[in-house]
Amino acid sequence: MEALGPLSDNGLVRLLDADGTRVADPDWEPYAEHLTPEALRLAWRLMTLTRAFDAEATSLQRQGELGLWVSCLGQEAAQIGSGTAIREPDYVFPSYREHGVALTRSVDLPQMLTLFRGLEHGSWDPAQHSFHLYTLVIGAHTLHATGYAIAMDRDGLVASGNPDKDGAVVCYFGDGATSQGDVNESFVFAAVNNAPIVFFIQNNQFAISEPTTRQSRVTLAQRADGFGIPRVRVDGNDVIAVHAVTQWALRHARAGQGPVLIEAFTYRMAAHTTSDDATRYRTRADEEKWRQRDPIARLETYLDAIGELTQEYRDSVAAEAKALGKRTRETVKSWERPPMLEMFDHIYAEPHAQVEAERAWFDRYQQSFIDEGSHA
Amino acid sequence: MTDTNHGAPEAPVRESAVKTMTMAGAINAGLRAAMERDPKVLLLGEDIGQLGGVFRVTDGLHKDFGGDRVIDTPLAESGIVGTSIGMAMRGYRPVVEIQFDGFIFPAFNQITTQLAKMHYRSHGRIQLPVVIRVPFAGDIGAIEHHSESIEALFAHTAGLRICSPATPQDAFDMIQQSIFAPDPVLFLEPKARYWDKGDVDTDAVRTRLDDAAATADIGRARVARPGTDVTLVAYGPTVRTALQVADVAAGEGTSVEVIDLRSISPLDIPTVVRSAKRTGRVVVVHEAPTAHGVGAEIAARVGEEAFFHLKAPVMRVGGFHMPYPPSKFEHEFLPNLDRVLDAVDRLMAH
Repeated sequence: MEALGPLSDNGLVRLLDADGTRVADPDWEPYAEHLTPEALRLAWRLMTLTRAFDAEATSLQRQGELGLWVSCLGQEAAQIGSGTAIREPDYVFPSYREHGVALTRSVDLPQMLTLFRGLEHGSWDPAQHSFHLYTLVIGAHTLHATGYAIAMDRDGLVASGNPDKDGAVVCYFGDGATSQGDVNESFVFAAVNNAPIVFFIQNNQFAISEPTTRQSRVTLAQRADGFGIPRVRVDGNDVIAVHAVTQWALRHARAGQGPVLIEAFTYRMAAHTTSDDATRYRTRADEEKWRQRDPIARLETYLDAIGELTQEYRDSVAAEAKALGKRTRETVKSWERPPMLEMFDHIYAEPHAQVEAERAWFDRYQQSFIDEGSHA
Repeated sequence: MTDTNHGAPEAPVRESAVKTMTMAGAINAGLRAAMERDPKVLLLGEDIGQLGGVFRVTDGLHKDFGGDRVIDTPLAESGIVGTSIGMAMRGYRPVVEIQFDGFIFPAFNQITTQLAKMHYRSHGRIQLPVVIRVPFAGDIGAIEHHSESIEALFAHTAGLRICSPATPQDAFDMIQQSIFAPDPVLFLEPKARYWDKGDVDTDAVRTRLDDAAATADIGRARVARPGTDVTLVAYGPTVRTALQVADVAAGEGTSVEVIDLRSISPLDIPTVVRSAKRTGRVVVVHEAPTAHGVGAEIAARVGEEAFFHLKAPVMRVGGFHMPYPPSKFEHEFLPNLDRVLDAVDRLMAH
């Protein structure tokens, strides 16, 4: 195997150069040939909306409306490129930064912010969107994803003979997560069970402050080799290439050929979260270098060059992005504090004596203030 | 003890369903019954297939149900529990065997941060009916990490149910009720009692396996022996000890009531408090170290709810605040007959 460091540019699948030039790669072209100009415009639109929403959420956090925001700035191609390759009955297990993937799964983005405003731990119905809740314990969800994939296989959703009806799991995690025991155990379980799962690493080069060199001395993709899992390393800022490799991986998994690992090499252009200060551990020069590889600008340049991005389309997407921002703002500010008794709901599926006793006590406690007030 | 008066019996009624079984045999029969009842019930664990588990609790199930439902997993406890969560999300009922209590800790994160919280964080949209079976507690002369009492470490986590049978009948009933309950259950099997025998009515539980009834039953304590002077509260392996204490104390003129908690989360506090109010004297007996333990919780609750009925402070007899000692020490580390009798005597002297 090649001896590449974890931040190497060598060996990346790429179909769109950093300057927006289309690159021919006969190995991967078959998985991108269905990407018509219309499909590419859609990808550009989804990336643009993701970025607008992300910027609005960052602002809302700065205004004190959200407790925290986890920006996906710079990772739009990795997320939209892969997300647009997913369809029913595939199922997605995100980490916690996959807002772009959420958009491709029709999650209402403003609604997602109940989590970050401290109103809910889970903001959407996972089954409705085939998109599991965010998992904040790094790597823990990779095992759930693997178990889910094993169950999909048991349920006949893989290699059914009708490829259009086959499904697989796509599981997202980051470079830091690859050091977790759970992630490595999920590779073991997926491999020996031949589970229909695509492990999708977004190597954004930072686990909060730690560079990927603190996680690995080889590329993250190479980790798959010891588990017997096929892998591919892709330019994560090239939406066409990301889409192509994800198509390949999903076809492989859905056809019953087992797990695949994708490493999308990208860059986290914002800090880890709104609580982080990236200036303490990386340089402006480094950030600027990656700004030159911006995933949205790259596709925009290409669409422009082939005359497929009209001003009218740009204007309509700009208006849509602006409207999304406005709706996000208004939605967040419209939320009221829920009734406090709700915190006792859903701890168990069936009543639990301790919980019920504490709920009843808290209810009486609250009522005692109301009663006092009524005497005033 | 299972109340069989609820619901109609299933036809055809078997003629005689009472058999003598060991606790290990009763769990095996319970697992078999659950697997026959619902094809979504899967067993997962290390060496549970052809070997039948290191305690042979799954003996014969691999042969009869196949490797597709009795699954030998990779040696990774976090992986076993974590993948079971994913399977439960698709409607399966995974029953996980952790080979020994001391080996559950690689799965601690999956159990406490994931399994226990999923229902809450999903607003009840995701139910995880996962059962984690653990041969637990000591008294078998084992080497280290094979005799741990882990219940308090998990009882502190909301979202889990924790129970422990003390008899073959309860083992047979409760394993099935745990499997068909909608919440995750930590099922603690007192390994030193695996070979204790008892009569098991294999029909009684059949009408009590719907979500609500199963959950209610596994959360309820039972009075294992009525008495009037002292209440001994025990569960799992210490129930047998408590009953022996009651026998000896009766010979000395002291009437001991024994409560078998059966459930650690939730705790059936009303049953304990009712007894405490009658006897005025309570001893909690468990193998786990007493410090920060289940006995401390019970003592506090009895203090809150039966304070003016108490004739003496609530006492605890259990392990010391130390790592589980080498097995040549375990007899005195454990709440043995003499140590519990000593506590009873001290209470009666008040």
